[in-house]
Amino acid sequence: MKALRAARMERCIGCHSCSLACARQVHKVLSWNKAGIRISSSGGLSTGFEARVCLACHPAPCAQACPTGSLAQRRDGGVIQKRNLCIRCGKCAEACPVDAIFLDHLVNPYVCIHCGQCVPYCPHDCLELVDLPSREEEEGSDD
Amino acid sequence: MIRDFFRVMVVDLTTGKTRLKEIPGRAEYLGGSGLAAHLFREFGHIDRDWDDPEQPLIFAIGPLTGYFPLMSKTCCAFRSPYHNQYTESYAGGKSALSLRFADLDALVVTGKAKRLTAVCVGSRLVDVRDVEYMRGFDAIQTGRVLRKIFPGSGRRSIMRIGPAGENLSAYACINVDTFRHFGRMGGGAVMGAKNLKAICVLGDRGFDLPEGKAYPKLYKHIFEQLTTTEMMAKYHGLGTAVNINPLNALKSLPWKNLQQTSSPEAEKISGETFADDTLLRNAACAGCPVGCIHVGFVREQFQTNNQYLYRQVGYDYEPIFSCGGMLEVTEAPEVLRILDVIEKEGLDCMSAGVALAWATEALEKGAISENETLEPLKWGDSETYMRAVEHLGRQDNDFYRLLAQGTMKCAKRYGGEDYACVLGQEMAGYATGEVFFVAEGLGFRHSHLDSGGYAYDQKHDEKDVDKALNFLLQDGRERIVLNCMVGCLFSRGVYKDDLLAEALESVGYGELNGSMEDIGRRVQRMRWRLRLEMGYRPDEVVIPKRYTEITTWKGPVDVDYMDALRRAYAAKIMEMGAPPEDEGTQAPLSTAKKTPS
Repeated sequence: MKALRAARMERCIGCHSCSLACARQVHKVLSWNKAGIRISSSGGLSTGFEARVCLACHPAPCAQACPTGSLAQRRDGGVIQKRNLCIRCGKCAEACPVDAIFLDHLVNPYVCIHCGQCVPYCPHDCLELVDLPSREEEEGSDD
Repeated sequence: MIRDFFRVMVVDLTTGKTRLKEIPGRAEYLGGSGLAAHLFREFGHIDRDWDDPEQPLIFAIGPLTGYFPLMSKTCCAFRSPYHNQYTESYAGGKSALSLRFADLDALVVTGKAKRLTAVCVGSRLVDVRDVEYMRGFDAIQTGRVLRKIFPGSGRRSIMRIGPAGENLSAYACINVDTFRHFGRMGGGAVMGAKNLKAICVLGDRGFDLPEGKAYPKLYKHIFEQLTTTEMMAKYHGLGTAVNINPLNALKSLPWKNLQQTSSPEAEKISGETFADDTLLRNAACAGCPVGCIHVGFVREQFQTNNQYLYRQVGYDYEPIFSCGGMLEVTEAPEVLRILDVIEKEGLDCMSAGVALAWATEALEKGAISENETLEPLKWGDSETYMRAVEHLGRQDNDFYRLLAQGTMKCAKRYGGEDYACVLGQEMAGYATGEVFFVAEGLGFRHSHLDSGGYAYDQKHDEKDVDKALNFLLQDGRERIVLNCMVGCLFSRGVYKDDLLAEALESVGYGELNGSMEDIGRRVQRMRWRLRLEMGYRPDEVVIPKRYTEITTWKGPVDVDYMDALRRAYAAKIMEMGAPPEDEGTQAPLSTAKKTPS
C-alpha cells in the first residue's frame, strides 16, 4: 500500500502546483485549499515551505473520530474517504494531529487519499509515493 | 468560467465601508490592464491630483488567473505620484491567486483613513484595522506583524509599504509577499497617501471546474511545456541575472551612471557569479512552476567570537544593474546588502539605484556637496550607499526629499540634467540603443516591459524608423493582451495567440477568441487616452544628453535616428490617445462598442 510523502520540502519553491493538481484532478475544483495537500510558509517566505498532508497514521485519529464511517481506516495507514457518508461534523479535522484535513466553509473535509496524482506536478520532485510497511503481521500476532 | 462579468470589491477608507459591485465588460476589457483602466474611468478623477483621497488604487486579475500556470500576476493601477498621470505596475507573489480565491476580479481602494490602517479581505471576510503602531515599521517587520494579526497562512497575500511609502516617495513600491513588488511609478506612495500600511488578501474559496477532459488535458500540456522543455530554462536557471554577461559583451550594460556601457568588472556581478557564490534557493509565484525568484544570502559578522547573522535577499537582473553596475559595486554580497536596505525602506530598487548613481556623479562634478548627500558617496562604496538609501527612504533633508520625488526633479534644482539617467522614470538596465531609449522614454509605464525595444536593438543595426515604430506598436499591443490576462511576460513564448484561444475556450471564454486583437487595440487606446487626458505630452519628452554620448555594439548612438523615432512614436501615441470620432471625450468607456482601428 502506497502513501504520499512530502520527502524533500527543502526543495519546495511554493508554486502550489501540487495543491492545484489535487483540487483539479481529484476534487474537480479550482482551489489551493480544497485539496489533500496544502502548502504554507513556516512564517514568511524566508523560512521555507511546509506541506500540510496526511501522514498515513495507523490507527488514524480522524477515522476514529468520524461518527459515520465517511472516513475509514486504510489497511496499512491513512484513510479511505466516502464523501456521500459525510455529515460535515468536522470531527475529523479536529482530531488530526498535524492539521492535514482542510474544512471548507460548508465543513466539507479534504484529506489526502494517497493517490499520487500531485507527484508529477511538483517541478522540484519534493513529493513521492512510498510503500507503507505491511501491517498484516502485527495485526495477526497474539503477543 | 467563473463568471462573464467582473466582481469588484470597493473599500472606502474614509468611511471604513466596503461594497461589492458587479460590472459588465469582459468581452471589451478582458481583465487585468483593460479592467484596471475601465475601473479607473469609473472610480478615478481626471481633474484631481494623485494624492486626492478619492483617487483609487486598483488591483486586477485576468480571466485565466489560477486556471493555468503562469497566469499568476496582478495589475496594480493608479495615478502616479511620479508624473501625476495614470499608470500601472505588475507583481506576482501570491497576490493573483489570492484575489482569484477571494472571489474577486479586482480590488479597488478609495478614500483615506484617519490613522494608519491595514485591510484584510477574503471571500467571507472584511477586516479594517487601525495599525497606527506600525508607523515607521520597515516592510519586512510589517509583514512579520501582519502574519500574526490576519488569518490564512499559505493562502493569502500580504502587500505592504515601508517608510518610503509613508513618506510619499514618488518611487515607493508596494512589497508583495517578501520577494515581489509592485515596483515602479510609486504605488507605495499612493498607499501612504491613503494611510494604508497593508492589504491582506485571503484566498479562501474554490470554484467548480469545467466539465469534460479538455481543460485538465490542456493544463497538463502547458505544464509540461513549461517544466520539461528548455523554454523557461533561463528563468529558473540563472534567472534574469543571466543578462549581465551578454549585455556587457554587447556594450549595452549601463555602468557607473551610464558613463560606460561595459566593464571588465561586470563578471564579478554576473548571474553566474551570483549563482555560484550567493544563491540560497529559488522560489516561485503561486501558480507558477518555473521558480524564477532567486534568493541570495548575505552572512555578516556582527560581533567578534563568531557571532554571525544572515539575510535573505531576492535578486534579479534589474536590481543587480541598478545597485551593482550603476553604482560600480562589484561584489555580489555587497549588492545584496544594498538591496536589503532598499527592500526594508520600501523603495523601487531600480529608481533608488539610478538616483544614487546620479547623485554620485553630481557630487563628483560638484553640482552638489556632502551638505546635500550627507554621505561621501563614492563609486563602489556599499556601506555609504546603504546609509544613503535610508536617507532617501526617510527623506532626511531637502536634497533627499527632492531626490525621492525623482532624479530629474532633483537635477532640475541642483543641475546635472544631462547625466540624469531618466527615461520617463529612472531607467531600466538596457543601454542597447536608440529603440530602447525611445521605447522606455515614451512607453506607457516607462518600463522595459512595455515593449521589447531592448531586444530589437540587440538584433537590428539598420536604422529604419518605420520598421522600429511598427515593432514598438505591434509588440506593445501583444504584450497588452497578455497584461489583460494577467500572465507573466516570461511566458510570452509559450502563450501564443492559438494557445491563449484554446485556454480561454477550455474554461468557457470561447467567445473572446476572435476579439483578442480588438481588445488589445482598445485597451492600448484607452490607456493612452487616460495618460493624455492627465496632461501627458509625448511630443515634449526629452531624452537626456547622456544617452547620446554612449557607444553600443552598433557604434555611437545615432542622434538623428533616435530623434526621428521619438517624434514618430510620439505622434502615434497622440493618435492612439485621441478621443474616438464616435465618442465625446466624457463618454463613459462602458458604452464603447468598438474603437475604430
